[in-house]
Amino acid sequence: MSAPIANLDLPMESPAPRDTPFRRSLRVFLRNRFAVGAAVVVLAFVLIAVFAPWLAPHDPYDTDLLRRLQPPAWLEGGEWSYVLGCDALGRDLLSRIVFGSRVSIFLGASVIVFATGIGIVAGLLAGYLRGWVDAVISRLVDILLAFPYLLFAIGLMAMMGPGLLNIFLALAFKEWVIPCRLVRGETLALREVEYVEAARAVGAPSWYIMGREILPNILSPVIVVSTIRLAHVIILEASLSFLGIGVQPPTASWGSLVADGRSFIVDAWWISTFSGLAILVLVLAINVTSQGLRDAFDPRLQA
Amino acid sequence: MSFSAFAGRLLHLVPVLLGVSLITFLMLAATPGDPVDIMLGDQQASEAQRLTLRHDMGLDLPLPQRFGRFLKNAVTGDFGTSYFHRRPVAQVIAERLPATIELTLVALIVALAVAIPLGVLAAVEKDSWLDRAATVTSLFGVSLPGFWFGLLLILFFGVTLHLLPVSGRSDGAIGIPTVTGLLLIDTLLAGNPQAFRSTVAHLAMPALTLGLPMAAVLMRVTRASMLEVLRQDYVTFAEAKGLTPMRVLFRHALKNALIPTVTVAALEVGSLLGGSMIVETVFGWPGLGRVVVDSISTRDFPLIQAAILLYAVTYVLLNFVADLLYTVVNPRVRL
Repeated sequence: MSAPIANLDLPMESPAPRDTPFRRSLRVFLRNRFAVGAAVVVLAFVLIAVFAPWLAPHDPYDTDLLRRLQPPAWLEGGEWSYVLGCDALGRDLLSRIVFGSRVSIFLGASVIVFATGIGIVAGLLAGYLRGWVDAVISRLVDILLAFPYLLFAIGLMAMMGPGLLNIFLALAFKEWVIPCRLVRGETLALREVEYVEAARAVGAPSWYIMGREILPNILSPVIVVSTIRLAHVIILEASLSFLGIGVQPPTASWGSLVADGRSFIVDAWWISTFSGLAILVLVLAINVTSQGLRDAFDPRLQA
Repeated sequence: MSFSAFAGRLLHLVPVLLGVSLITFLMLAATPGDPVDIMLGDQQASEAQRLTLRHDMGLDLPLPQRFGRFLKNAVTGDFGTSYFHRRPVAQVIAERLPATIELTLVALIVALAVAIPLGVLAAVEKDSWLDRAATVTSLFGVSLPGFWFGLLLILFFGVTLHLLPVSGRSDGAIGIPTVTGLLLIDTLLAGNPQAFRSTVAHLAMPALTLGLPMAAVLMRVTRASMLEVLRQDYVTFAEAKGLTPMRVLFRHALKNALIPTVTVAALEVGSLLGGSMIVETVFGWPGLGRVVVDSISTRDFPLIQAAILLYAVTYVLLNFVADLLYTVVNPRVRL
C-alpha cells in the first residue's frame, strides 16, 4: 500500500492570495504616509460625529448667560471644563463643534452617496445605450453645469426654504452630473472593448453588461472623484449655513457657527475661528486622502 | 476654425440657453406661495385689484405661455419688478453689477498673478522644497472655506492691525462721475488718487479671499502643463541650440503651457461668480451677490431669478469664448 500523498513532505502549493489590481493599489495607498495619516483624521471626524452625544463635554443647547462669550481655557477668564470657550448664549463651543460635525459629515456623505448612485446609473445609460437617451441626459448635464453651483443651491433653497432635507435636495440636484459625466465618458470608451463585445455577442442583456462588465471597471475613478467632491459638498453646505439658509438654529452646523461668531469677531474671535478651523482640517484631510487614493487607484487622473 | 464649425458650436448654445432659462423659470413658478401676496406685502387690496395685478404679472396664463412671456421679456432685459425694491429688477441689477464685475476681475487677476509664477517655478524646480511648499499651499487653498478665510483676514488686517478697511467699496468716491462703473478706473479718470488708493485698500481683502482658492487650482494646472511641455522635443531642441534657460522658458515653453491655464481660468469664472456671493456678504461689498443673498429673506424671487439667469448665461457664453480661444491659441484642436 502506498503512503497517502498528504503525508509526503512535499512543499504544498498554498493558495497564495490573489494579487488583484485592487490589492496592488491598496498597497500603494498604504505606503503613502501622508494620505494614510489624513485618512485617519477623516475617520476620527466620522467617529466624533457618530459618538457626539458621548464625546461632547456639555449639552450643545444648554445656555448659561453667566458664561456668555467666555474665552477659551488658556485665556484670562477661561476654564478647562469649557476648553474652547462659549458662544453668545453661553453654550459650550467645543460641544457645538462636536455636534456640528454631524451635519457636515452626514449631510455631505449622503449627498455624495445619493448623487454618485444617480450619476452612475445615468452615466451608464447615456454611455452604453447612446442615441436619444444619451442626448437627453447629456443636454441635461450641460444645462445643469451652466449654473454656478452655490448660486443654484441658493436659488433652490430660497424656493424650498431652509432645513436639512432641503439642503440635501439642493446639493444633490446638481451634484449627480459630475459622476454622470465621468461615468458616461468611461462607458463610451469601454463599450467598444473586446470583452464587452464578447458579452454582447453571446447575447448578454444590456443591464448585465452595464452592471457586471462595465461598472466594476470604472469604479476606481468614480470613487476617487467622489471623495474630492465630498470636500466640495462639505464646504458648500457650510457656505449655505453661513449665509443663514442652511440648517436652522438651534441646530449647530460648522457654517452657522462661523456665522454666529461673525457678529462677535472683535470680542470673541474664538467662535468663528475654531468652528472654521474644524471645516478646514476635515476638508484638508479629505483632500489629502483623495489625492492619495487618486495616485494609488487611478494614476491616469493625475492632471 | 471653419465657419461651419463655428456655426455648429453656436447652434449648440441654443438648447443649453433654452434649458437654463426653463429651469430658472420653473424655480420661480414652482415656489410655494402666491406671488401676488408677496408683492402686496402688508398692503390691503380688493379682489379686483388682486385680479388686475395677477393679470399684469401674467400669472393667469397657462405655464407654457408664461414661459414664452418670460423668455421674450428676458431677451429684452425685462425681468419684472423687484418685490422688495419696488423697481424694475434690471435697474437694481444694473446698479449692483459693476461692483461685482470689478471684484471678480481683480480676483481673477490676483489668481493668475499668483498661480502662473508659482506654477512655473514649481515645475522648473520640481521636487524641490519650493515645489513642495507650493503644493501644500495649493492644498490649503482649495480646502479653505472662503467665508472663514475672509473673516480671518478681517480679524488680522482690519481689527488687529487696522491696516485695511473691513467693508464697503471706497471712501471718498462720492461725487466721482460714473464712466465705467469700475471704481478703480473711474477714480483714475477723475484724477483722484486718494479715492483710488481707498478703492484699492477696500478691494484688497475681498479680492484675495475670492482669488486665492482659484489661484490654488490654476497653480496646479500650470505646474502640470509646464511639466508636460518641458518634456517635449521642441524644448529639448531649443535647449540644444544653446538658448538661455530663461529664453527657452519664456519664449518657447510658457506659451504652450499656459493654454490649459487660460481654459481652466475661463471655466473657473463660474465658481468666482458663485464665491462672490459669500465674499460680498462677508465684506459688505455692495455687489449683485449681496443683493441676491439679501433677497432670500425678503423672498424677492424675481431678483433671485434674474441673477441666476444672468450668471448662468454669462457662464455659458464664457465657456463658448474659452472654447473659441482654445482653438485660436492651439490650432491642433479642431472643433
